[in-house]
Amino acid sequence: MKTLKSTQTGRKIVESKLFFPFVALALILLLDFIFIPGFFKIETRAGNLYGSLIDILRNGSYVMLLAIGMTLVIATGGVDLSVGAVMAIAASVAAIMINPTIIGVKLPPDVMKLVFDPNFTYSPLWEVILVTLVVSMVCGLWNGILVAYGNIQPMVATLILMIAGRGIAQLITHSLRIQIFYAPYAFIGKGWVILPFSLYIVAFVYAIAWLLTRKTSIGLFIESVGINFRASFYSGIDEKKVKLLAYIFCGLCAGIAGLVASSNIQTSDANQIGLNYELDAILAVVIGGTALGLGGRFSLLASIIGALVMQATTTSMYAIGVPASAVIAVKALVVIFVILLYSKQVQSFVRKIIGQKGA
Amino acid sequence: MVESNDQIILMKGIHKNFPGVQALEDVDFALRKGEIHALVGENGAGKSTLIKILTGVERQDKGTITFEDKELLIKSPQHAQSLGISTVYQEINLCPQLTVAENILIGREPMKWGNVDWKKMNSRARQILEGLDLKIDVAQPLGSYSVAIQQMAAIARALEISSAKVLILDEPTSSLDTHETEQLFSVIRKLKNEGMAIVFITHFINQVYEVADRITVLRNGKLVGTYDTAGLPRLELISKMIGRSLTEYEDMSKVKSDVSKHIRGDALLQTKALGRLGAIEPFDLVLHAGEVVGLAGLLGSGRTEIANLLFGIDKPDTGSMVYEGHAVKQFSPLASINRGIGLCPEDRKAFGIVDDLTIRENIILAIQARRGWFKHLNLKEQYELAERFIKLLNIITPSPDQPVKNLSGGNQQKVILARWLATNPQVLILDEPTRGIDVGAKAEIQKLVLSLAEEGKACMFVSSELEEVLRTSHRIVVMRDREKVSEFGGDVDGRKIMQTIAGSES
Repeated sequence: MKTLKSTQTGRKIVESKLFFPFVALALILLLDFIFIPGFFKIETRAGNLYGSLIDILRNGSYVMLLAIGMTLVIATGGVDLSVGAVMAIAASVAAIMINPTIIGVKLPPDVMKLVFDPNFTYSPLWEVILVTLVVSMVCGLWNGILVAYGNIQPMVATLILMIAGRGIAQLITHSLRIQIFYAPYAFIGKGWVILPFSLYIVAFVYAIAWLLTRKTSIGLFIESVGINFRASFYSGIDEKKVKLLAYIFCGLCAGIAGLVASSNIQTSDANQIGLNYELDAILAVVIGGTALGLGGRFSLLASIIGALVMQATTTSMYAIGVPASAVIAVKALVVIFVILLYSKQVQSFVRKIIGQKGA
Repeated sequence: MVESNDQIILMKGIHKNFPGVQALEDVDFALRKGEIHALVGENGAGKSTLIKILTGVERQDKGTITFEDKELLIKSPQHAQSLGISTVYQEINLCPQLTVAENILIGREPMKWGNVDWKKMNSRARQILEGLDLKIDVAQPLGSYSVAIQQMAAIARALEISSAKVLILDEPTSSLDTHETEQLFSVIRKLKNEGMAIVFITHFINQVYEVADRITVLRNGKLVGTYDTAGLPRLELISKMIGRSLTEYEDMSKVKSDVSKHIRGDALLQTKALGRLGAIEPFDLVLHAGEVVGLAGLLGSGRTEIANLLFGIDKPDTGSMVYEGHAVKQFSPLASINRGIGLCPEDRKAFGIVDDLTIRENIILAIQARRGWFKHLNLKEQYELAERFIKLLNIITPSPDQPVKNLSGGNQQKVILARWLATNPQVLILDEPTRGIDVGAKAEIQKLVLSLAEEGKACMFVSSELEEVLRTSHRIVVMRDREKVSEFGGDVDGRKIMQTIAGSES
């Protein structure tokens, strides 16, 4: 009787969406523990925490933010390739609002001195954030309209903004990298309140997404549309609106990630900000167990763990001294490993082993 | 003439079970050389399953197949082809961009010094098509020809692949016009005269009588019988397809005649010349509170089209609809749910269940859609609803948290019924609610429909089983060829309805 119960709990754990991402993360950290001395060391400096683990969390904040929005889009059966480009657009909008010297807006005569002042911003911070986020949501709206109302394949529809987005970002900043000296803005990505400030942003966005999907019907509708959009339509769900909402939210998350990224490097770099991040975000969601191309059941927490798997791999590789160009190849190996864990054959094999242990 | 006992295929005692459904039960099927054998039956009768077994796509659970006097197991579609069993499917699966010749000979192109010998290929294709009395330019892209020609190219390909002895045509005429159908028929008659055994699946009764020598009727996975076309009047064929003999109908109608006293109240829903081009001719229809209106007719007669129009899945392009005295302007599922209309769709898998969601989530889907995104039913309310309907409808499951895909067909259907009952609809449209489910669940659903009417709701009951329509309906609307052709009171006798379904010619 007891063994039966333990087998059942064993099975429940294996069937949970969190199981495989956690296993992957634990394996990577285990390797780190064995091969990299001091990897788990956490120092305290002026009350703030520092260390490799903290770095993983801090550098993973972009991908975590993107993964939250991407989870909803993938759950509807879609995908958003444009999030990296939207990050760049957001960074450009924020930078130009703080430091508009390039576009020659009417500025005080001593502006050239002022922009180097860490207390100077042309637009107040709340305005910068608000406008940036609205622009990002408009980007999501564009994707959503193409997918939901234009019936264009998500991959193709979002590819448009993926390509065009960086061009738009360049247009906004006149193809220049705008430096940001304003200190409060820099705090978003570089600040530290015991933990890196960007982690609080991730936690906040995660909480909003969780409330939105689990305390309203939106989560149920997203899953329902992803699994069977026709049956959802027959049940009275406005499946187009549900998709639209998912893309808008994904745009919003990309915008926030763009703010954090540009704040962290204190510049708007339309060519580099968010480059290739759409792939990390999509892979994070896939590692989190939401089926790419099929949609359906999703877990936000599993996607977050997925994002950390991606980031932990990268950080560990750098810590070992793998050159940047080779890191991508190693990441690919990790992804293959996790995807294999999701294959039915491997899963039934794992279940067999756990079942045997139970019995 | 070919001898009549020249049997090529004999299937005996075929059983096939799919999870939750007995698709075939003890079915016999015999095919002779040089005959056109029509296989008929309503949806879910088991035609396609039988064909899948014959072509090696599925394997029977029980029963034997004898091919040319040898008992064997058809292992795969390739195996079936190598035996000489060729199939042309309903959807033409050829490549319209390639030429006719390429389509016919693809994969077996004649070669010359490592290259395709185009000359030889075209002449070979021409020769094959001439065998079918078809003279066309085979170097043209297939897509530039009519659907009938494409269909014949598909047949030519099927013949070429395997030096076929048996040709199976699955609904070959569904997208052809009269002239094209005639063209196709002359080809299959020619093949028949050459000794080919042809299985012809269709739901067009006229065509059965035009070309078929014999008819096999299936119903609900069981064999009704095999008949010579000449000896089976149309009316009798239809009664065999729909179920129950004529005399039984007469008896049942007598019992039913006093059920029709329930009708009370005014018209809940009324349509005037409501129609949609290419889907359904304009029709007038009234649904009163407290009555069950049956919709009878064969497959493709426009039953589902009416249901979809009333519920707002499709938008009408002519006519008007009045609901509770107000003209309906907005046609969409959500608008209908807000109005108090529900629809259990015909195709449960495609349009009904959301298979990865749990029973609870499936049940609350429509009521939650009506409440909107932010008036979320909390878990306690969700469980209350789910448990209430699991009990009320006798849904057999260990827990409301089971994914709905784990349930049998009948229980899935009950979950969808529960989804609609939870919204407390005034008008409930049930499109084939009992298809493919076991007898017990069937009776439960029929009873439920009658009790809903007693509570003062209006129900529309669509079914291809006439018996069922007669038993449950207070009024019966008969459909033929996408048109409402007649309407009867609940005390009409079955023979009359069958005559109407079959058309005036019988």
